[in-house]
Amino acid sequence: MQIPAPFDYVRATSVDNALELLSRHGAESRVIAGGHSLLPMMKLRLSRPEWLIDINDLYELDFILRDGGKLRIGALTRHTTLLESDEIAALFPIVRDAEAVIADPVVRNRGTIGGSLCQADPAEDLSTVCDVLGAEAVIRGPAGERILAMADFHRGPYETAVGQDEILCEVRIPIRPRSGSAYEKVERRVGDWAVGAAGASVTLAADGTIADAAVGLTALGLDHTISGAAELLRGQQPREELFVEAGRLAAAACDPVADQRGPIDYKRHLADELTRRVLRQACTRAAQTQEG
Amino acid sequence: MQISMTVNGNEVTSDIEPRVLLVHYIREVLGLTGTHWGCDTSNCGTCVVLMDGQPVKSCTVLAAMAAGHDVRTVEGLANGATLDPVQQGFMEEHGLQCGFCTPGMMLTARALLDKNPHPDTTEIRQAISGQICRCTGYATIVRSVQWAAAHPAGGDTDATVDEVIDGTDTVIEDLPAETAETADTEVKA
Repeated sequence: MQIPAPFDYVRATSVDNALELLSRHGAESRVIAGGHSLLPMMKLRLSRPEWLIDINDLYELDFILRDGGKLRIGALTRHTTLLESDEIAALFPIVRDAEAVIADPVVRNRGTIGGSLCQADPAEDLSTVCDVLGAEAVIRGPAGERILAMADFHRGPYETAVGQDEILCEVRIPIRPRSGSAYEKVERRVGDWAVGAAGASVTLAADGTIADAAVGLTALGLDHTISGAAELLRGQQPREELFVEAGRLAAAACDPVADQRGPIDYKRHLADELTRRVLRQACTRAAQTQEG
Repeated sequence: MQISMTVNGNEVTSDIEPRVLLVHYIREVLGLTGTHWGCDTSNCGTCVVLMDGQPVKSCTVLAAMAAGHDVRTVEGLANGATLDPVQQGFMEEHGLQCGFCTPGMMLTARALLDKNPHPDTTEIRQAISGQICRCTGYATIVRSVQWAAAHPAGGDTDATVDEVIDGTDTVIEDLPAETAETADTEVKA
């Protein structure tokens, strides 16, 4: 039987209240939302917080809102909500691609985007999604609000820029016209972590050439997006030879480890093949989109 | 700490340690052992209960987090002596052998049908893809849910699912990739 070590539990009544509780209870307090990363770690005693601050009542953090040129997603938004949102699917099809293969439907009823990003597991899908979409993280703390690019938000495996006394409140994704995106994951079975996955976002210019692009990999030993991919793709007409070249770049850029999910050469092959597929799909979707 | 919640329509109040998981609270404090405790890692889904109508894995929810919410377990499916159509469907279509996964499967099925009264086989398989059955190969579970969909008021126990759904959509087929395959013990997102 896996039971967490003892802790005290309190429910936050507002973001301000949660921040106050974090400050009051100090370094051994943790925020809990969906709990599907933190509770398993607590059950294994890999994590032993003395205080759990439950933010599930903070409906102020559960929203999807179009605000000018950005889509704002509250940190407490559940995976199921993200998966089922037609607005998100139209603007950022990569989100629905990824959400459909994150854990399983029951887990998705609890897990949140904020929890996934803050857990920062190297095999976690939404980090790659937010990376390639150029998302920003809105973090609140005692000193107020700060907004970080994903590259600054992620510090490494299981580590983010969110301080002990801070809370990730929101993710903001820029809405770009003539854009498309896609995500594809290879997993051993439903609900498993990725053997490898790739995500891409592409913006086309009026003449159909690629104006901007980003490619990211999940679980393949690459932090952030593939450097050089944007340079390779910009100004080019989308075509198969270009995707092949980007795949080669991804295979060279990644640094996978051999484990029970596969040897290194297989994972490099996945980086190559999945990069081609998501770029192909993202370009197709960008050409089709009417979204302005 | 003191917690109160609604379980199968009844208000319950208990004094518990914050670290008590919902599955153990339901089984050991409330004595409702129909909710099964399996992998303990949110993989197998045998501990699924409905929280505010949504399936959740109760091994990965604190009882304290369920306080103030509406919880429904397998004991809350039947209305007195009248089985829920899902329960009857599992009888009619042999949706269980050992029965270990059955409570979770039935609650997920109930939630699915409440949201989507006429799911196709893919939707049923996707809905139960977070739950593992080691006996049936899922085919009879899918048929059981189809039976329940075809009999929203239960009853008419003589009709088979093939008769009701004209036999076209109920052929046992190869498992699609979305069907859960094996359990492991890893921490999940």
